[in-house]
Amino acid sequence: MKRLAFYAFLIFFTLAAPFLLPDYKTQLATLWLMIIVAIAWDMTGGQMGYNSLGNIFFYGTGMYVAALIAIAIPFDVGEYTNAFSDKIYKFTDTEYFLGAFVGILGAGVFCAISALVIGYITFGLRGPYFAIGTLGVAIAAGELVSNWEWAGGGQGISLPVFPYDLELGKIMFYYMFAGTGVVLFLFARWLYKTRFGAAINAIRDDEEKAEAMGIHTLRYKLTAWSMSAFFVGVAGGISAFQLIHFEPLETAYQTINLGIFMVVCVLLGGKGTLWGPVIGAILFHLFKEVTWNYLLGWQWVALGVLIVVTVVYFKDGITGWLKLVRPEWFGIRVEAKSQRSPAS
Amino acid sequence: MTSIIEVDEVSKTFGGVIANNGISLQVEHGCITGLIGPNGSGKTTLFNSIVGYHPIDSGSIKFENEEISKKSVQEIARLGLIRTFQQTRIYSAMNCVQNMLISLPHRKMKLSESFHRHTGSDFDKADALLDFVGLYEKRFLTAGSLSFGQQKLLEFAMALMNEPTALLLDEPTAGINPTLINGLIERLKRANSEFGITLFVIEHNMRVIMNLADKIYCLAHGELLAQGSPDEIRNDPRVIDAYLGAN
Repeated sequence: MKRLAFYAFLIFFTLAAPFLLPDYKTQLATLWLMIIVAIAWDMTGGQMGYNSLGNIFFYGTGMYVAALIAIAIPFDVGEYTNAFSDKIYKFTDTEYFLGAFVGILGAGVFCAISALVIGYITFGLRGPYFAIGTLGVAIAAGELVSNWEWAGGGQGISLPVFPYDLELGKIMFYYMFAGTGVVLFLFARWLYKTRFGAAINAIRDDEEKAEAMGIHTLRYKLTAWSMSAFFVGVAGGISAFQLIHFEPLETAYQTINLGIFMVVCVLLGGKGTLWGPVIGAILFHLFKEVTWNYLLGWQWVALGVLIVVTVVYFKDGITGWLKLVRPEWFGIRVEAKSQRSPAS
Repeated sequence: MTSIIEVDEVSKTFGGVIANNGISLQVEHGCITGLIGPNGSGKTTLFNSIVGYHPIDSGSIKFENEEISKKSVQEIARLGLIRTFQQTRIYSAMNCVQNMLISLPHRKMKLSESFHRHTGSDFDKADALLDFVGLYEKRFLTAGSLSFGQQKLLEFAMALMNEPTALLLDEPTAGINPTLINGLIERLKRANSEFGITLFVIEHNMRVIMNLADKIYCLAHGELLAQGSPDEIRNDPRVIDAYLGAN
């Protein structure tokens, strides 16, 4: 009952937030973006033990795929991206919304497939080598795309602005991010309770043992990363339309910003837990906005201190620490009572 | 009787050390076969060769008439040939029930089936097997907090959960409280007779292996020294020499 009330409150706040805090619509949308990439990162990093530093690849690729699909429906991409001010490309409403819908979904699908391909190569790497290997993929992709003239090169791509009232557009983007985030949260909640969830946990805790027990480790690793990449790709696609203009190195493949932030969110909240990434993303986003506003010039120092304090004193994050002091909140028991209903 | 594991002239060297030299043996289907030998005689090397941990230099290993000497650990495990480790390997951060649930036979599952939740019968099976090895009371403890002997029992239960065709056990009684060893012999025999699992056991404890095995192979210095029933092995002067040192 208490739990039901808690979820009801959360749903109400999620739905009402852009109206309760009308000046912070874009901020709240960005918060949801952080939550999405944090949960998606935890799916492989926390639950499966594969710490990817290259998940930003799917964010950037999602942006590009969504934008290119949306442009390609009505126009020729090469002409569009290299046009100067003498030629104006006008999207009709249908072209805009159809392009956004197909583009964002296409971004998710493309990223899911590319995770299978990249994973097939990089999952031979373990531990820190996997982290560095995936980081390399993301950096290389950013450099490649910034030299790809057909896709706008280093200039990036400009998309049309929301065709109606801009405030309405902000609300729409908020709901798109929030909707994706809620779907991802529920998906993760379900996934971690299945046999699949148990298998990826086994891979995290002892991959050699999992292999010796006949678990199809590569298949599970690829599937998990692919699902995670789908959601990051969708989030990237939405960002492309929200930001209107983006360029490859600072916005799309922003390895040192969002690419690291998503990891810090999870470390702060607690790896390998359902709520950890969510709590971590909210606290991190607040921390980041406060320091960027009031400690300008020192914001990176403050961020560094936060990372050091988390890693040294809260190794398992906030939820990990809570698990230690309040194990009953997590349903951890040691007495010999059945895990299911008393009747069984 | 047909043999389920056929090892034929297998050799394995590590640098200049000859760990296994032309070893041939057969594990009969549905039986308990023992493997003994002094320390360093190549028992664990032979186990590792069979389950694919390292490539062999020459010879052939067949499981259910299929050549497995070129296959990887995972491929062999998926055929239903499972091993336990001398140093136990369990998921120490999880509790015993979770350890058991992870050990469900994933090799028999399609990917789509892995997206099902654990069913009531999965839990029942986990509970029953934990009860079978005597860990039922401790099933919500994290596996890492169990004693070494209990971890061995848990690993044994996990192996049974996996429904293997054949199970290779590397020193199942090492580190187990002597008063519990009789119970363990009983359980190994029941696993063999009730669940129909072929067992291939490395064991140092002579009393255990003599009570347990239908047939025993003895290794010494990387070579097969003797084979036969427990009584034959017990009375074989070469085996006694290998253990106590010939002059």
